[in-house]
Amino acid sequence: MSFAFASLKQLRAALDCKHVSAVELAEYFLNRAEAAQDLNTFLHLDRALTLAEARAADAQLASGNTTALTGIPVAHKDIFVTQDWRSTAGSRMLANYTSPFDATVVEKLKQAGMVSLGKLNCDEFAMGSSNENSAFGAVKNPWDKAKIPGGSSGGSAAAVAAGLTPAATGTDTGGSLRQPASMCGITAIKPTYGTVSRYGMIAFASSLDQGGPMAKSAEDCAILLDAMAGFDERDSTSVDVSKTSRKNLVAAPNLAKFVEKHALKASTGAAFQGIRVGVPTEFFASGLSADVAQLVKSAIAEFEKQGAVIVELSLPRTALSIPAYYVIAPAEASSNLSRFDGVRYGHRAADYKDLGDMIAKSRSEGFGAEVKRRILVGAYVLSHGYYDAYYLQAQKVRRLIAQDFQDAFTKCDFIMGPVAPTTAWKMGEKSVDPISMYLEDIFTLGASLAGLPGMSVPCGFSDGMPVGLQIIGNYFDEARMLAVAHQYQLVTDWHTRAPEAFK
Amino acid sequence: MPLTPEDIRRLSLLARIEIAPAVAPQIHAQLNGLFNLVAQLQAVDTKGIEPLCHPIAAIEEMTLRLRDDVATETDQRDANMKNAPQQENGLFLVPRVLE
Repeated sequence: MSFAFASLKQLRAALDCKHVSAVELAEYFLNRAEAAQDLNTFLHLDRALTLAEARAADAQLASGNTTALTGIPVAHKDIFVTQDWRSTAGSRMLANYTSPFDATVVEKLKQAGMVSLGKLNCDEFAMGSSNENSAFGAVKNPWDKAKIPGGSSGGSAAAVAAGLTPAATGTDTGGSLRQPASMCGITAIKPTYGTVSRYGMIAFASSLDQGGPMAKSAEDCAILLDAMAGFDERDSTSVDVSKTSRKNLVAAPNLAKFVEKHALKASTGAAFQGIRVGVPTEFFASGLSADVAQLVKSAIAEFEKQGAVIVELSLPRTALSIPAYYVIAPAEASSNLSRFDGVRYGHRAADYKDLGDMIAKSRSEGFGAEVKRRILVGAYVLSHGYYDAYYLQAQKVRRLIAQDFQDAFTKCDFIMGPVAPTTAWKMGEKSVDPISMYLEDIFTLGASLAGLPGMSVPCGFSDGMPVGLQIIGNYFDEARMLAVAHQYQLVTDWHTRAPEAFK
Repeated sequence: MPLTPEDIRRLSLLARIEIAPAVAPQIHAQLNGLFNLVAQLQAVDTKGIEPLCHPIAAIEEMTLRLRDDVATETDQRDANMKNAPQQENGLFLVPRVLE
């Protein structure tokens, strides 16, 4: 049996029946990762570290004290800090940084028995939609190496798509889990803001940043999110769902069980009976390429065929999510990245006149062009005389955008549409004009600003390149989202396709 | 209102990001491009709308937690010093500030 594209349940079964050991499985994926170095997905592999974790997992397996994930490999976006592997955030600023602690997500997955394969490339400080902003080189899309994998979790998406790891972690600030998942043909979920701890996630825009799993299927994502999510005292914006009005919804660690239970309905041919799917007209307006529109529409038609009711609706401020996001995210970034001063950690310039000069030179040498641009924008919108007009106004528009979604959810259970206006583009095609790339984020920014859960689910191919269907749910409705995505994947096979060169 | 070259110099100082004269016009143009886009926000009527800081506050009242003012960390000095660019006797070294 080939493990490269196996589901987590298949890997679980192979480990439990001793068909393979955790060490063998880790070696298998390490070998694949090493053989696929031209994709530039991994920033740090360390065989000895991985095998030590695999041996610990084998000991757990032998003792019978296991979880759904014991012995299964995972790789982390290099935004999550790790004690053992370098943590760079894709930046020259942190090229040699190792963290004094593990991020909560890293710690939780390790506790669940997962074996870390290492750290995955990403856009510098998660700022970008193409992974071309990494200080350590662009990641290539396994479906076409001349194309971008999407970003910022591009290394994670490409590694899962190429079968270099069965699962990966990623982060999403304005679409960084969903967009690369769409462009690499894998499944990812950005949960409700506050669901997955940000502790140890190198901060970009704190009120938007949210971690989540990337894998082959919704079923796999449910198993992973069960282990990743949960209230964390150490993250000041972490939300304890049981203390909110949504306390009756099914949440981690019971997502996978819920998904499994509801999968039984799929066999009836009316899997989506009673489900209302909202389709915002703004998501199919000009700017969306015809091939993506057609594939997303036929995916929605599949939901209708299986009993869902399609509701046309409007998210009137969709276009405004771009300016609102590109004020709020840079503002928070400029604040968060002020900690990089070359004093306590990170890059320090070799030549300088005095302390002020040392800080400025260290930052100027350590940060790449996109990061500098966003810091400058953030400094402007937060500066005296402009704060009200820009930052505060953007945060007010943000509330209006969130209200639009709440209005929409009175008419439907889920919102569906495209993730990105196009399939993956050629490397270098949009990097000369940063604004043109910002415009590509139009369909993902709304859910980010509102803090709503959003998924990308493979729904077809155009010219050999994958396309994702975006599913946006209401707050803390991840269980039902994952369940409908899983049911969709029971009647389609887009998520099982793998790039020929990596089979 | 487009940014002036003077604005760019002020931002460079505020952000502690040096902008080489050779790239200044390009950065200037890119920032103006972004602020053209951002100008759409000014046309939105937000009278009486509260800014949204924590997304969940869109559906219910959110008060950010404060922890008790007690030490919870044990001594992590060695771990925290291991990435220091320059250090001596457990202290971070920076260029002399006072003569």
